[in-house]
Formats: sequence, structure tokens, C-alpha cells
Amino acid sequence: MHETGHAPARLLVADDNKVNRLLLTRSLELQGHTVASAPNGRVALEMLRDGAFDLLLLDMEMPEMNGFEVLEQLAADPALRDLPVLVTSSLEGLGNVVRCIELGAEDYLPKPVNAVLLKARIGASLEKKRLRDQQKELVRRFATSEVAQDLQQSGFSLAGRRVRGSVMFCDIRNFTALVESQAPEETIELLNTFYTLMFDAINGHGGVVNQMIGDGLMAIFGAPLPLADHAGAAVRAALEMVELIDLLGAERAEAGRAPIRVGIGVATGEMVAGYTGTQQRATYTCIGDTVNLAARLEAHTKVALRAILVDAETCAELGDRIATERLGPVAFRGKALPVEVFAVPCGAPATGAAGP
Amino acid sequence: MAAPAIDPAVFAELQSTAGADFVRELVDTFLEEAPPMLAELREALAGGRAEAFRRAAHSLKSNASTFGASTLAAMARDLELQGLAAATPAALAALAQQYDTVAAELKALRDA
Repeated sequence: MHETGHAPARLLVADDNKVNRLLLTRSLELQGHTVASAPNGRVALEMLRDGAFDLLLLDMEMPEMNGFEVLEQLAADPALRDLPVLVTSSLEGLGNVVRCIELGAEDYLPKPVNAVLLKARIGASLEKKRLRDQQKELVRRFATSEVAQDLQQSGFSLAGRRVRGSVMFCDIRNFTALVESQAPEETIELLNTFYTLMFDAINGHGGVVNQMIGDGLMAIFGAPLPLADHAGAAVRAALEMVELIDLLGAERAEAGRAPIRVGIGVATGEMVAGYTGTQQRATYTCIGDTVNLAARLEAHTKVALRAILVDAETCAELGDRIATERLGPVAFRGKALPVEVFAVPCGAPATGAAGP
Repeated sequence: MAAPAIDPAVFAELQSTAGADFVRELVDTFLEEAPPMLAELREALAGGRAEAFRRAAHSLKSNASTFGASTLAAMARDLELQGLAAATPAALAALAQQYDTVAAELKALRDA
């Protein structure tokens, strides 16, 4: 999907832990980049404001100013809001991943950082930065300075609004084990195949992939363009994704490779959607309970041993067009009340060797 | 103690990706940084500072897993997740003992 070879860039590593900082700096230098480092968020922000950096690798747990505060400050600074940020952290809990993404982080890499994934994600982020810079240049050339400034201050936000839609989270199960079981080239090839298949299924049903998270992704159905049956479209896309992964798994089994499975969570409801556009790519950011719930449902597929889980609103919109199975209420972290969870039965037992 | 405290495959991988000379420096850095983290855990426990305790456990977990010290990482992770309230001086003593084993093995690997 993305070129893994790319031009050297100027990177900043922010991490309070010396071992982590040295190791990450070393890995990036070996990839040909120029690397500076900062021991906390406050110093990192100062360095970013002083010098031109192409990308920030940000730890979350830091004294003086933590990563969440850095993300907030970057978002509020017109000169820095387009800087791509890769979060590298060993924070526990998917909620933290969701929070980073809501705050505008490009991607999230768990520690210890896998060198192959690191390289691929940096390549993808730098490419996005290049496109954004190009867009800025276009705005400068074609718009009056007032309009350009306004657009830059709003981060090219064309409309931040409340919409009803469906959100999907999907990731590869046991990805770490998979990475360890095969050569790095195979992992990149697998990720490329995975993303190609998933993008295809999602786009085919009118959805938009707006984030890639390590070995997974987030997609939106119903924003920015309204989609009449967003819940149905999301679930049909999910079924197709599971089917495609089963096919890929069968191919891999024939070649004697480890199996691959995915978990998918879909939630429907109101959310706040903002549109950030560039010439060649568009990014939509969605915020709200619906997004959190979809992430939690995806994580819960590991517990429920089902490939696709949906919430009650999605289920209600499906009616009897697609069969669902009520699994009962589940208490999720951050939710005051237990949430009704439904499974969408699909072809193969996609999670666990012997499900209950 | 039949099983090594350092997973040799993880350590070898680290050496091959970052370079053996660099890993020697990194081991030295860890051996300097880890004892203050252990001291911070003890002091935070004594002083009832939950956030400092969780952060020190988090850092130790992160560094231990970098070198393939999986038992030490798991012990630190338990402390991070369970927090100050569930921690005991005995648990910290066990952690310090595991660290000593890890440090000895790292020195041997560094000088190999």
C-alpha cells in the first residue's frame, strides 16, 4: 500500500525514559532520518516551535507535560496542527488509544515498538504530511490571505457537525504472535493485503477508512456524505471482510502459514464529524460515545469469541434483514450502564479454535 | 532457576536491529536507570504516592520488555495495573530480586 522506502526526514522523539528514547532514536537513525529528542512534553513543544520537524514520535507518560497535553497544545497551534504525530506508548487499555486518536494522533504503536511497523507507519505519515503541505501551498496560491488564514486556523475544517452514522473498528487477532512467527517482509506483505482487502470491502459499501491503528482500522459509514442505510452498509461490509479474511486464511493455510482472524465492532448513533481535506486524500475525524462503543465492541470480540459484534442501535436498524444473536448486557469500562451486545453470525468460526 | 531471566531470542533480535555496540550502551543505561526506578517504587509505596508508583512501574515494565526480561516485565505490569493499594513490600522485594537476576544476566550478555 505504502512505499516503505522514503526520503530522510527530521524527526523528534519525546520520551522521558532514557532507554526508550535512545533505542527509538537509534532505530530511526538507522532508517536514515535525522533525529532529535526531548525528555518531556514541555521541551518537545519548545523544540517543535523553534525548528522545522516533519514528524513527532510521542510517548504518553511523561512528567511536566504528558502526551495528552502535547496533543491538545498541537491541535490549538495553527503552525503545528498539521504535524503528524505517532504515539508510541505501553499505556494499558484501548480507551487510551481511542483518546489519542480523538486528540488527532495519526497512529498508535504499542511498545516495545516493532521496527518493521515503525518504518511502515513513518512512511505513511510522512506521505500524508507531504500532501498536507502541498494543500497549504495551493491554499496560499489561490485564496486571499484572509481566507487562507481562516482555513489554516480551522485546520481546513469544512464543517464540524453532528451526524448520525455507524462506526466500525477492526483489527487482526494475535497480531504480535503473527509478527513473531514470520519474516518482516511477510508481515508487510500481509498488512498490505489486509488493508487492501478491508479498504475494498468498506469502500464498496459506502464507508470511509479514516484511521489505521497499528494492525487495525477505524471506518465511518454516513459521514461526511450521508448514507441512507449506514448500519446495514457497515454490517454488510463487516460480513464481507470476514469472508475475505477467511479466504486469505485458507490461502495462507495452503502455504503453511499461520492463520489470520479479525475482530470487528460496529456501533450506530450520533457523533460529531469534522472533515479535513487534502487534494488527494480526505480524513474525517469522529468523536463521541458511538466511537468509544465501537472500539469497546471490537475489543470484546476477544472475550465473546465472535468475529462481529454490534450495539442495540445497529441491531434495531438492521431489523430482520440480517440475522443477529442477542448476547445480553455487558458492562464496559467508562459506561455507567451495561450495554446490550449482539453478534452477527458469519460463515466461519472466526475467533478461537473451539468457541463455546 | 532453570529458565533464563532474559529471553535470548528477544535480546539477539535487539542486537541485530540496533547493533551490538549500541546494545552494550543501552544495557549500561538500563543498569543506571533501573535502580532509581526500584527506589522510586519503594518510596512511593511508603509515601502513598499512587501516581508516582504507577509511573515507575510503567517505566520498568517498558524497559524490561525491551531487553526480553519477560518475568520482570510481567511483575512490573502487575504492579502498574493493580496499583499502590494492592502493592506490598514483599512484592517489591520479589521485584528487586528478579531485577538482580536480570542485571546479572544482562552484564554477562553485554560482556559476552
